[in-house]
Amino acid sequence: MNEFASLLAATLNAGTPLAIAGLGLLINEKVGILNLGAEGTMLVAAFAGFAVAFHTGNDWAGFAAGAVAGGAVAACFGWLVIWLNTNQYATGLAVSLFGGGFSAFIGVDYVGKKLAERPNYSVPFLSDLPFVGPAFFRQHPLVYGAIGAALAIAWFLYRTRAGLVLRAIGEAPESAHALGYPVRRIRLLAVVVGGALCGVAGAYFSVAYAPLWVEGMVAGRGWIALALTVFATWRPARVLLGAYLFGGVTMVQLHLQGMGVDIANQLMSMLPYLSTVVVLVLISRNPAWIRLNMPASLGKPFFPSL
Amino acid sequence: MIELEPRPVPSLQMSVLSPLVALVITVGLAGLLFAALGKDPARGLAVFLIEPFNGTRALTELALKATPLILISLGLSLCYRSNVWNIGAEGQYLLGAIAGGWLALFVTDEAIGIHRWAFFPLVTVAGALGGALWAGIVAFLRDRFHASEILVSLMLVYVANLLLSYLVFGPWKDPHGFNFPQTVNFAPQTELPRLLPGMRVHFGFLLALATAGAMWAFMFRMHRGIQLQVGGPAPAAARYAGFSSRSALWTTLLLSGGLAGVAGAFEVAGPMGQLTPYVASGYGFTAIIVAFVGRLHPLGCVLASVLLSMFLIGGELAQSRVGLPSALSGVFQGVLLFSLLACDTFILFRLRWRRSA
Amino acid sequence: MPSFGTADEGLEIVTAPRLQLEHITKRYGTLLANDDVSLVVQPGEIHSVLGENGAGKSTLMKIIYGAVRPDAGVIRWNGEPVQIRNPHQARELGIAMVFQHFSLFDTLTVAENVWLGLSSRVGLKAVTESMQRKADEYGLELDPKRPVHTLSVGERQRVEIVRALLTSPQLLILDEPTSVLTPQAVDRLFVTLRQLAATGCSILYISHKLDEIRTLCHQCTALRAGRVTGTCDPMQETTTSLSRLMIGIAPPKLIHREPQPGALALRVRELTLPRHDRFGVNLERISLDVHEGEIVGIAGVSGNGQQELLAALSGEDPRPDPDAVELFGTGIGRMTAGGRRRHGLHFVPEERLGRGAVPTLSLALNLLLTRRESLRALGWIDRGALRRQTAGILDRFRVKASGPAAVAKSLSGGNLQKYIVGREIDAVPRMLIVAQPTWGVDVGAAAQIRAELIALRDSGCAVLVVSEELEELFEVTDRLYVISKGRLSPPIATSAASRELIGEWMSGLWPAEPEAAVGEAG
Repeated sequence: MNEFASLLAATLNAGTPLAIAGLGLLINEKVGILNLGAEGTMLVAAFAGFAVAFHTGNDWAGFAAGAVAGGAVAACFGWLVIWLNTNQYATGLAVSLFGGGFSAFIGVDYVGKKLAERPNYSVPFLSDLPFVGPAFFRQHPLVYGAIGAALAIAWFLYRTRAGLVLRAIGEAPESAHALGYPVRRIRLLAVVVGGALCGVAGAYFSVAYAPLWVEGMVAGRGWIALALTVFATWRPARVLLGAYLFGGVTMVQLHLQGMGVDIANQLMSMLPYLSTVVVLVLISRNPAWIRLNMPASLGKPFFPSL
Repeated sequence: MIELEPRPVPSLQMSVLSPLVALVITVGLAGLLFAALGKDPARGLAVFLIEPFNGTRALTELALKATPLILISLGLSLCYRSNVWNIGAEGQYLLGAIAGGWLALFVTDEAIGIHRWAFFPLVTVAGALGGALWAGIVAFLRDRFHASEILVSLMLVYVANLLLSYLVFGPWKDPHGFNFPQTVNFAPQTELPRLLPGMRVHFGFLLALATAGAMWAFMFRMHRGIQLQVGGPAPAAARYAGFSSRSALWTTLLLSGGLAGVAGAFEVAGPMGQLTPYVASGYGFTAIIVAFVGRLHPLGCVLASVLLSMFLIGGELAQSRVGLPSALSGVFQGVLLFSLLACDTFILFRLRWRRSA
Repeated sequence: MPSFGTADEGLEIVTAPRLQLEHITKRYGTLLANDDVSLVVQPGEIHSVLGENGAGKSTLMKIIYGAVRPDAGVIRWNGEPVQIRNPHQARELGIAMVFQHFSLFDTLTVAENVWLGLSSRVGLKAVTESMQRKADEYGLELDPKRPVHTLSVGERQRVEIVRALLTSPQLLILDEPTSVLTPQAVDRLFVTLRQLAATGCSILYISHKLDEIRTLCHQCTALRAGRVTGTCDPMQETTTSLSRLMIGIAPPKLIHREPQPGALALRVRELTLPRHDRFGVNLERISLDVHEGEIVGIAGVSGNGQQELLAALSGEDPRPDPDAVELFGTGIGRMTAGGRRRHGLHFVPEERLGRGAVPTLSLALNLLLTRRESLRALGWIDRGALRRQTAGILDRFRVKASGPAAVAKSLSGGNLQKYIVGREIDAVPRMLIVAQPTWGVDVGAAAQIRAELIALRDSGCAVLVVSEELEELFEVTDRLYVISKGRLSPPIATSAASRELIGEWMSGLWPAEPEAAVGEAG
């Protein structure tokens, strides 16, 4: 029982950065922008978060730095893609490649450094409940933050006029432009907010989850977050679900290794990536369904006629 | 206020100028970066721009590094023109390396007395099959299940990396290698024939150049090549014309996977001479940048491969001569691509002053 | 009736014109879209802006609506000069627009779409109620909860109109509103517009359809190549005099010869196809015949299955039963587009850029989409032969282009259409299917294309024309079918058909028995 509880707890922990990044990408994609630069953004933010947390001794400053770094990278991406109308796929790739190289470069001196002692978080009273306590209530505050963010984003998108405008822009930016909405400015805002969320997720890896800095530490989870938005058919609650599923897969893999299952650990490490492929296959099988749920303008360039 | 106005016809001038302007921007930013890091900008730039061309050995090293870049970027150019976003060339490269390595190990372990020139085509085929197989998985999943080739090919990169890791840490590890993750050194008969005595550059370089010529003919002089490139910018026109998008998907992926695989096989049968985790040097990703800088054109790919080899070698030299981490070359590659994308805007648009009415 | 300034005895009440455009000029690069255009619209007046495609009407409307800023000129609103910087400002002034290509959001509901077109001060519930009231007031049926993608084109236009009406506009602009309506729906629209004008709202009616303008409008300003060629009262004018204002000459006459129908070329029997996705139309038991030496037309409002039928006939949709579609006796239902071309079936699609031609490729390379004559062994392209072949087509069909190397995107709509039609006619097809042959094409090119189709028929080819322009079908075809909601009517000889009859059939109201197939050939 105790084992299962700690497995659940670990799943929540592992899934949280995926969830936060997935939610950020969801906001981007809802407005029609495909950001393939998630991996690079998260790497830069992971470094920024680690460095600031290291120098200030304050975790929350680290998360803030991650958000700022993520937002800044996304702003550059957004400017290129929205105002200069560069190819979204190529530009996103450029961000990922650049982010990888850049973070490796400036992070060189921080490899091997350690952050201050990690605090143990627990919700008072609730964390003492049998099973449920250790499973759910001894988490880093951002775990609850991720759930709250999913609910807030869902409410925003489907219950407010601003969210409706956002969805409309993702559906048909030309129509929104003809109606007088500042399409490019709203898209840029969405891209920056999405980037900031990816940044928080990146910082989570280096400040809360690991916590350390090493080159390439996001290890493909930025790409997995992209797959998540497809898996979730662009709905916030399902992003959470998918993130925890992936977190679960990673944890199961470690667990099996711990239990002495005799498969080489490299082969076990393939599990999260292979399961991403499986999930993509399952979800994409029905193209009509995808077309119905996908924001129609996703990835396509938009030229406001002036 | 300045506005972007679409050009009636894409500017051929900007098409050629754009990579050059991007290069100038990159060099400028590089100089600034050096100065900011407290290093002499002139010295730093010399290491990147001049040293790699300094002398015969340097030039052969440039050709050696350019070989895999040319091969991979040619395949990627065809893919991207056809709107097939193969991002996982690195994984296909690794599978080619594994396949080539397997063949070399087989010859080494069985002490097969094969002539080098006979082994050369065999290892090429092995590499091509390995890379094509890996890319074939991507094609199959996209064809049958509509799964995004971007995400699948990328996930397979991580899997390929782990596979290589598994092999060199496990079943293929050299039992007399002091437990280092590496295979035995391959027997001399498996080594790729060299172009010049005493230099590392091998005949794969000539093969790469020949492939560039063949790719040019295919892309611009053959109906099949034109067919593939219609599906990218105008999928409805491709359907109207009856060009099969399925066939385009498979052809471009198998071709680019095969080329990447050949590049991988050449790396291990050539300069490396064994399988180690260091085979994964990121050529598959650098080749993406090469393809874009080269305008997705075979001639451009060759030139851009030389350019990016220069950056890669510069990075290695920077570490020893100027004391900067080699990851610097990754930064420059990224900046180059960014500048290129920004400059490319001006092929389709131009700046206009607009008086606020 | 328009309320011009009235002079009572001893009292002079002069109402300022609702809208005045003075010397409006707009340039796009080398193209002068609007050249010193001046226009006056009175309150309660239905004013038409007449011009053919490319005359500058759309640009002018975008300027009034605030989506485009003029390079020079003054706009006066109710007498006062104004600057209309964006559509939001235009809405505040009281200007509303119903777009030709609707600005709707398919996955959102009708109510949400209307709400987005209004300023944010009112909530969704309130908007839904006032929307219902306004729709009832003008007799426009609408269900606020339905997602827009389930609506027909005519219903979508109703959403646009209601959305515009809710802003209580003083000026309503309609851009080519009747191209998507049956004749009966056009009459209903005119009733709505007259009702609106009677309340004092001015209406700007953009069209190139001379008959409609003469029926509906009080005043007319004609544009040609960006310049105003004249103003008039259309109700006093004839079609010929209006045409002269619009294009400078009387409408070109088409020479008709009696058709000599020959062997059966295309035979479609009981073709049934489920739609691809929620946005499509099911085809149900479609049957039609086309013979050599005749032009058969399919009339219908857009969105009734034309796209699906054309895809089944051209080979882009490979699902039909092999025998449901027969070409000269061979079952081609499953054949690829290339295979059908080899059997002599050629097709001109309705979209030029992106489907009929690749925008970024040269005219010479675009030839390779459907023609193989310049290919040698292994698919090697003989570039000299290709260039000569292309130049021949440009010459024969009088396509204005800089040469075979010109990029498809650089041609005007009319010239590109001439190239694509020419490419297919030059292939000497045994059967040609054309969709929307003259949509968005200037009058001169349109006349030329129609003449080519008739010449093709006279040479013994079988021709099938699918078009939303009834006038065109009446002018060119020998027999007509009507498509409605995925079903096809019985055929009728064009000479025996009237606009009203076809209009009824467009709503699906054709007789169930084939006795209405008057004059069926063969």
